[in-house]
Amino acid sequence: MSELLKIEGLKAKVEDTEILNGIDLTVGSGEVHVIMGPNGAGKSTLGSCIIGDPRYVKTGGHIIFKGEDITDAPTDKIAKMGIFLSFQNPIEVPGITLANFIRTALELKTGERIRMWDFRKSLEATMKLLGMDTSYADRDLNVGFSGGEKKKAEILQLLMLRPDLAILDETDSGLDVDAVHIVSKGVEEYKKQVGGALLIITHSTRILEALHVDKTHVLVDGRIIDHGDAGLVDEINDNGFERFINCENCKNDDCEVNKKLNDAK
Amino acid sequence: MSNKEKTQVEDIDRSLYDFRFEDDDSYKVSEGLTEDIVLQISEEKGDPDWMREFRLRSLELYNRISVPKWGPSIDGLDMDNIVTYVRPNTERMHTSWEDVPDDIKTTFDRLGIPEAERKSLAGVGAQYDSEVVYHNVREEVAAQGVVYTDIESALHGEYADMIREHFMKLVPPTDHKFAALHGAVWSGGSFVYVPKGVRLEIPLQSYFRLNAKGAGQFEHTLIIVEEDAYLHFIEGCSAPKYNVANLHAGCVELFIGDRATLRYSTIENWSKNMYNLNTKRALVGEDAKIEWVSGSFGSHVSYLYPMSVLNGRGARSEFTGVTFAGEGQDLDTGTKVVHNAPDTSSYVNTRSISKSGGINTFRSAVVIGADAHGAKSAVSCESLMVDDISRSDTIPAMDVRCADADVGHEAKIGRISDDTVFYLMSRGLSEEDAKALIVRGFADNVSKELPLEYAVEMNNLISLEMKGSIG
Repeated sequence: MSELLKIEGLKAKVEDTEILNGIDLTVGSGEVHVIMGPNGAGKSTLGSCIIGDPRYVKTGGHIIFKGEDITDAPTDKIAKMGIFLSFQNPIEVPGITLANFIRTALELKTGERIRMWDFRKSLEATMKLLGMDTSYADRDLNVGFSGGEKKKAEILQLLMLRPDLAILDETDSGLDVDAVHIVSKGVEEYKKQVGGALLIITHSTRILEALHVDKTHVLVDGRIIDHGDAGLVDEINDNGFERFINCENCKNDDCEVNKKLNDAK
Repeated sequence: MSNKEKTQVEDIDRSLYDFRFEDDDSYKVSEGLTEDIVLQISEEKGDPDWMREFRLRSLELYNRISVPKWGPSIDGLDMDNIVTYVRPNTERMHTSWEDVPDDIKTTFDRLGIPEAERKSLAGVGAQYDSEVVYHNVREEVAAQGVVYTDIESALHGEYADMIREHFMKLVPPTDHKFAALHGAVWSGGSFVYVPKGVRLEIPLQSYFRLNAKGAGQFEHTLIIVEEDAYLHFIEGCSAPKYNVANLHAGCVELFIGDRATLRYSTIENWSKNMYNLNTKRALVGEDAKIEWVSGSFGSHVSYLYPMSVLNGRGARSEFTGVTFAGEGQDLDTGTKVVHNAPDTSSYVNTRSISKSGGINTFRSAVVIGADAHGAKSAVSCESLMVDDISRSDTIPAMDVRCADADVGHEAKIGRISDDTVFYLMSRGLSEEDAKALIVRGFADNVSKELPLEYAVEMNNLISLEMKGSIG
């Protein structure tokens, strides 16, 4: 599969704290990658850096998307090129309805006016798929939405905007079993309808059940210290991150993970 | 656009409003204000005797009353340089659009006035500089006894006594300096009379256009809505930009009979050298209601506080307003409500937006009289600052003289948060689009109160104002 996203030696900090210490990652078109790691490892920072969140300062490396260097590109350009980030804590925006917002974004992306009737039809069909009450379409964006509704609204945007790469930042966190099920159904639908690539940031595995995972990466202390296939997800699911976290301090030079860490340094 | 229609001053593109025609008016009084000028105006308009005397009395008051010191500076306004009266180059008022002179017609065509009339209005009036150039009311509306005409015609016709009985009774020339000025030099404007029980479901509209350089516009709007009647009246105002100051000191007097409702909507986009010193007041009867909807975008300096006098038991007032102050604008706006009777209620809901160093001041005054038992008043104002150099102030005043009244005030001042802008940008909106969308959303409570074309115009104005706001 052709190369969609390539990250080389990415370093980033927020204020004076280094968070990413040299990330290398390549995602091919249509591939599903999972980034796992303990809290505070830098997983969300990676997603934020890709979409160009101005709060993070990139201090080294490059992000290449569709062959173009987007390391310092403005967020709206990155989004228009086809990257979508599903936020962990979507912002509430009073005065702009969910429907109006999606329609505006869609029209800016395609550069064409969309007929109200067609838009409403496809929006409501997608909302039903996600088990969302269609009255949410006319409510202000995320205002007063429950945690679950906010995540569904993010997946709704994903399905409507049809990006080439979707980054899901802890989309499953804080959701009950039913909500996780619906969200993962939405993600599956995105794979099916759009065939886009996915970069799923998570520290649990519930959202992955229905998906074919191509690659798993383990992120600890701002570095990717291990790669694997879907099997690695299962292993972490059983044993947690213990062995990765402890590596940092263990003196066992024979340990494979420790070697990688030392190499990275 | 040809050269002569271009703006003289570099500014954001507001070319829709900024085109203008050289004024080749046949008649203009000399600059400055003297008794001779006032008499000249009076003669030109063929005033009845009482009106001529009224003008002279007002002039006396004008010379005695001092300029207000409590608001934005009006030092840039030199009364000796204001041509108080400019009559456009057309004979009398026209009732057929075809008869209106071409350049004036083009102006209003571009602003979409007759088009709007065709679409959704019961009647239209258009004032160009000091004179009303066009007035029309649909036949079926006229058949119900509704009168919509220019005020000069009304002064001589069958409603002459009604005008005399009401003219500047609600806003007397003693009120303040610019009310006195208005009394002396008023010209043009509208007279609307809606008889008992007539409910006009489609709005009447009036459009004011100040085209001449360094001129003043002093139109008088007098509306009488009798018992159980309903009227929605819309006024729009605009002017092109000149390097010299223009002055607008209009006066609006609204008389609302028992159980009647008047909705008064204004979209004001005066050019940014305009001193907008307008006075609006409504007298509200028993169980009657005034609904003010106000969008203020233009002018250099504004003093604008529509006032409701709730005189009958159960009278209500609703004020919904949005003010947008950009670079070089100092907009002092708000509202005043006087509760004079029991069970009266008032509700004030405003939004103000300031950007590029613009200043917004919101003033509200709520007076609950000693007899206004059970009166209720709620004032809510929210301000949004788009950047760090703009300013927003809130000055609420409450004067409660009755123990069993319920009075509340709520003020919120905020900024556009970077997080929100980032969130919208992550879906492909540019920073400018994101901010415009946020501001439009903020002003939504007003735009949704407006008829569709006006809501669209207001949204366009916001987008226009937000263009180039990204430093």
